[in-house]
Amino acid sequence: MPLNIDHIRGLFPVLHQEVNGKPLIYFDNAATTQKPLAVIESLSDYYKKDNSNIHRGAHTLADRATRYYETTRGLIKTFINSKEEAEIIFTKGTTEGINLVAATFGRKFIKEGDEIIISTLEHHSNIVPWQILCEEKGAILKIIPINEAGELDMEAYDGLLSPRTKLVSVVHVSNALGTINPVEEIISKAHKVGAKVLLDGAQSTSHLEVDVQALDCDFLVFSAHKLYGPTGLGVLYGKREILDAMPPYQGGGEMIKEVTFEKTTFNELPFKFEAGTPNIGDVIAFGRALEFINDLGKKEIKAHEDDLLSYATEHLQAIKGFVPVGTAKDKVSVISFNINGMHPFDVGMMLDANGIAVRTGHHCTQPLMQRFGIEGTVRASFSVYNTKSEIETLVASVSKIAKIKNK
Amino acid sequence: MTIQDTQNEIIEEFSILGDDRESTIFYIMELGDKLPEMPEADKTDEHIIKGCQSKVWLTAFEKENKVHYLADSNTDITKGLISLLIRVLSGKTPQEIINAELNFIDKIGMGNIIGSQRSNGLAAMIKQMKLYAIAYQAKINA
Repeated sequence: MPLNIDHIRGLFPVLHQEVNGKPLIYFDNAATTQKPLAVIESLSDYYKKDNSNIHRGAHTLADRATRYYETTRGLIKTFINSKEEAEIIFTKGTTEGINLVAATFGRKFIKEGDEIIISTLEHHSNIVPWQILCEEKGAILKIIPINEAGELDMEAYDGLLSPRTKLVSVVHVSNALGTINPVEEIISKAHKVGAKVLLDGAQSTSHLEVDVQALDCDFLVFSAHKLYGPTGLGVLYGKREILDAMPPYQGGGEMIKEVTFEKTTFNELPFKFEAGTPNIGDVIAFGRALEFINDLGKKEIKAHEDDLLSYATEHLQAIKGFVPVGTAKDKVSVISFNINGMHPFDVGMMLDANGIAVRTGHHCTQPLMQRFGIEGTVRASFSVYNTKSEIETLVASVSKIAKIKNK
Repeated sequence: MTIQDTQNEIIEEFSILGDDRESTIFYIMELGDKLPEMPEADKTDEHIIKGCQSKVWLTAFEKENKVHYLADSNTDITKGLISLLIRVLSGKTPQEIINAELNFIDKIGMGNIIGSQRSNGLAAMIKQMKLYAIAYQAKINA
């Protein structure tokens, strides 16, 4: 059944305001999505009623907070279909998830001369941690190139794989272009040469069904705030046998079994990787965000977003001076573009004057921008609460702006 | 005309546009088009203003004890803002530039429009213009 978008919009307080005298049109969803009231209220309820430090507490509030916190872990297990809850580790976000793997798996298993493969589409957060690791270890970073449409060159990928490949760390969906990568193929081919695969799911988990068992990825990282949840919270999924073999990330409370001044033994998964008091309130509120997604259904969300994408693409393409960046056949609801003769910053500011929030710049993917020979793009990204009428306003505004330099 | 006179003139011009952001931005961009061209050879890394989100190049020269500026940017809105700064400060004595209190940017509502990040860039631009004036002042006094 198609979604009732009016009803959904009603669940998001932030959408109902004017910006610069115009109704807010929020098209910066790839940067962060807005939060439904249930998430906002859950956060405030937690601090009003349940605030307590989790695990080990021998009192009612601590028990309640622990149960709520662990409930979210269970929801995530179902959300990505992991085998067990112990494979779900809470982090600060996608960036920390990648850094955690680089600092633990990387520290232990990457040796001199080993190779790590990433792609041209990567966010800086999936480039820099590997550069640091390769520098330290004398390992080599290899890059899968892309074609003009912004799709991975899979033949080139085949050529990069070898017994020296120890890890393939790729983005599932490009944040800058929206390209959906053929990750099943990437993973199965990497496994054939004995490499592990980390999937950056920051942009995919909000749009696609991501089933870690079906995909057989070794790691998956993503952020709560791109999934209608709070900022400063993310998830690292890892296969148990790999997580067990990895050394701990940070030392502190929670992650230990027993500490003496002579020797410390480490706690079981997932706590081994969750040193210190975690982001309890946000984890609990994230549970409400996952329920929001489950209630609507990923397929239904995707259908609505695809509808918006094709409507926007069709109408924007007709504008003189409109230059799309990234035209992959398989895309999520992201449109990256430039206007002939104009800087993306200027376009972004003019759209903002019309109440339209988009992202402009390099989107933390400078190597990708260099590949296209551009400084940046304007990126409009659509979410479940966006409407065709909002896209019509975008098209009218872009059309007016483009005329300045494209008469 | 004093620096304050030029600022008042700009405030007056912009007041016609009222609160409409779009018209203000369009007008600023038109002003950028009229900025005297900076020689390509001057657009080097050493002339780039640090702290600007967009690229801004600035040079200055002295003629008859007055400071003159040449600048350019890769974004049109920044170019428009630069053209206003140059209109206010170019052709003045170093001492006038050093003493200048620039209040027109906020009064024409640009502070709000460009936001905090670009305001920092603008502040860096003004600082660099004043630094040129200080250098020329020292040269004149020497």
